[in-house]
Amino acid sequence: MAGVPDQRNNGSRVEGGLATDPNLPPAAVDQARLDAEDRKWTPAKIALWAAIALLGGVAWFMLAIVRGETVNAIWFVFASVCTYLIGYRFYSKVIERYITKPDDRRATPAEYKADGKDYVRTDRNVLFGHHFAAIAGAGPLVGPVIAAQMGYLPGTIWIIVGVVLAGAVQDYLVMFFSMRRGGRSLGQMAREELGVIGGTAALIATLLIMVIIVAILALVVVNALGESPWGVFSVGMTIPIALFMGVYLRYLRPGKVMEVSIIGFVLLMAAIIGGGLVAQTGWGASVFHLDKVTIAWGLIIYGFIAAILPVWLLLAPRDYLSTFMKIGVIVMLALAIIVVRPEVTVPAFSEFASRENGPVFSGALFPFLFVTIACGALSGFHALISSGTTPKLVEKERQTRYIGYGGMLMESFVAIMALVAAISIDRGLYFAMNAPAALTGGTVETAATWVNSLGLAGVNISPDLLAETARNVGEQSIVSRTGGAPTLAVGLAHIMHQFVGGTALMGFWYHFAIMFEALFILTAVDAGTRVARFMLQDSIGNFVPKFKEASWRPGAWLCTAIMVAAWGAVLLMGVTDPLGGINTLFPLFGIANQLLAAIALAVVLAIVAKRGTFKYLWIVALPLAFAAVVTITASYQKIFSPVPAVGYFANNAAFSKALADGKTEFGTAKTVAAMEAVVRNTAIQGWLSVIFVVLSIIVIATAVLATAKAFRDRAAGTPTTDNEDPAVPSRVFAPAGLVPTTAERELAAEWENVPAEARLERAGH
Amino acid sequence: MSGGIALVANGFRGFARYLGGVMGADAYAKYLEHHRAAGHEEAPLSEREFWRDRTDRQDSNPQGRCC
Repeated sequence: MAGVPDQRNNGSRVEGGLATDPNLPPAAVDQARLDAEDRKWTPAKIALWAAIALLGGVAWFMLAIVRGETVNAIWFVFASVCTYLIGYRFYSKVIERYITKPDDRRATPAEYKADGKDYVRTDRNVLFGHHFAAIAGAGPLVGPVIAAQMGYLPGTIWIIVGVVLAGAVQDYLVMFFSMRRGGRSLGQMAREELGVIGGTAALIATLLIMVIIVAILALVVVNALGESPWGVFSVGMTIPIALFMGVYLRYLRPGKVMEVSIIGFVLLMAAIIGGGLVAQTGWGASVFHLDKVTIAWGLIIYGFIAAILPVWLLLAPRDYLSTFMKIGVIVMLALAIIVVRPEVTVPAFSEFASRENGPVFSGALFPFLFVTIACGALSGFHALISSGTTPKLVEKERQTRYIGYGGMLMESFVAIMALVAAISIDRGLYFAMNAPAALTGGTVETAATWVNSLGLAGVNISPDLLAETARNVGEQSIVSRTGGAPTLAVGLAHIMHQFVGGTALMGFWYHFAIMFEALFILTAVDAGTRVARFMLQDSIGNFVPKFKEASWRPGAWLCTAIMVAAWGAVLLMGVTDPLGGINTLFPLFGIANQLLAAIALAVVLAIVAKRGTFKYLWIVALPLAFAAVVTITASYQKIFSPVPAVGYFANNAAFSKALADGKTEFGTAKTVAAMEAVVRNTAIQGWLSVIFVVLSIIVIATAVLATAKAFRDRAAGTPTTDNEDPAVPSRVFAPAGLVPTTAERELAAEWENVPAEARLERAGH
Repeated sequence: MSGGIALVANGFRGFARYLGGVMGADAYAKYLEHHRAAGHEEAPLSEREFWRDRTDRQDSNPQGRCC
């Protein structure tokens, strides 16, 4: 077995085989052995996969075909998990075999650039959790809730099928190619692969998209905290808690991350419980009862301060807290759904699935459902995490399938659980919570009358139920609590109170959910503002070199102010929008996110083509084409649709005409000022859509040109330029997936016997 | 009985170590390991210096957090 190591170190499918140190065991399992393991189908293995396929099939049948009064939530778990397993075992292996072709004999950046700080070889399971915590946030918790307007089936299909064929493919490929490039960012890869025009368009689009995404995430928080003293108090307390943690880590006990996280978590729970007590007192209710505009301004001021404060004081400690909560919440949600198994009464397709005037978000199922659910199915934002951060930590090339593809499957599962939580509540309650106040009227009586007038099958809600639910969760009202977060919180409280604590704890669970969503979003807002500021500084730096100096305070503050002003303006626009804000802006969030996905996939397409893989280019082209068609159609409708509820400019024209006719109220806008606000907002939203779609089309077009050129070059025999870092032989080994295979275990055992000092070459620096 | 407790304690420790890894609590230990393996001449940073340097570098090199 251990004989002739140099022979085993060669012999591989990968072109230009790389010879690793003959004095060490091989750095990779022999390719023939890997193939043999994959192809060997023992009866037990066949039985296992047949059982998974059968269970998945039955679950899909229960969800999609059987039309009973209710459907049990457990089928969502089975349908998704079985599909993920099959996608991971079969489809991602196809991608690995024909597109990425990882070679474990090559050292990863974490090995050849190792510095003990940014480039550190990290255990694959730890990195899986780390990567997951970086990609998953409030997005997969919010989109599916809003999309539940159309019924459960369209969203479920898109989340599960979309992630297998699109979202996970994007994350995996971006991570792999960034890893082969020393951990370069998506922007840098775009410039290299697509040239100046495509690269610049990608950069501007990324910057704008980040502004929109931060603004709309902030809008979700504002909507969840408006007129909620309990929520404002407990979420507000996260700031002093984080500051305390920061000081603790910097001065008192540096490096005690777990210890401070547990202290922070205990304080956080105290803040939630304390919030309930404070909100019951007269002074508490009056001090922390804030309207949405005040909260929005608070968030804008906070966003600016947080982005210029040193990282150690606020961002780093809150990030620990956020990660800690993220893992806990997801485990808790999964356990609760499996234990409680709520019955879902929402129909597979609701009355709004075939219409384009739904109250929660407007537009037809195609394309708007596919942009409303971005995170969880296909999220372009992940390309920014999958390039840059994670690739610098990967230990072995073959692990990227597990971390990149697998990590995204995990996020998709979070989205499914959020969907289940949202649809396990009463449907009438769902619409009363998610329709704008302009429709519900804002009181329990008007909301109940409006919901019952929709003519939804089986929906007959009483004002008492709305009042009682609000009382149970410790809120003054839950009517028109749009944005998805409050609905998810009610759903979670609904499930959790059957699991732990009964009705008495519903208020706690509701605010627990609001708290973690706010925590995730505030972290994303801080980090997003910072990243965007550096991108802006870098771009301005091309003209005024002084701006490239990160430590130059005036430049840093000015660029922070510009970014905060940009997202703050969109946030205020959403908060004050007479049409309801979230239902007009959320599609823009999804479109922006999916356009970023299209940009990332376009870059990947060019890379794959340049590597000469034309036969399997469809693996990238398929999600790219879908994302491009969906987002461009959605943008087109947002720009050109004559239906005012859908088209920004149609709405703009309708309100402009009403103003010109001297009307003092029009539609849901009850004053001239409100009408003017609609005219202003729709114009901004419309032009943003135009800019996004134009930039994205430029990027996609340059990528298609680069792909065509690669094809011609290959046909003509011209060598194509390769932007990968040069291959360096690896001197370490680790298994690729969660469970090591027999061959991997054997090889790992060989490495165990190598003395530590023989493993790594002295870098001598 | 004590065997069962030991098993639970072990499992809990393993989980805590994993969680710590995910949150980056073991960054200093990994830095020291790298420092030893790379055979640097100069002494490694102290724990306090290391964490200070780590967060200060994030000031000019922020890591994105997704939605």
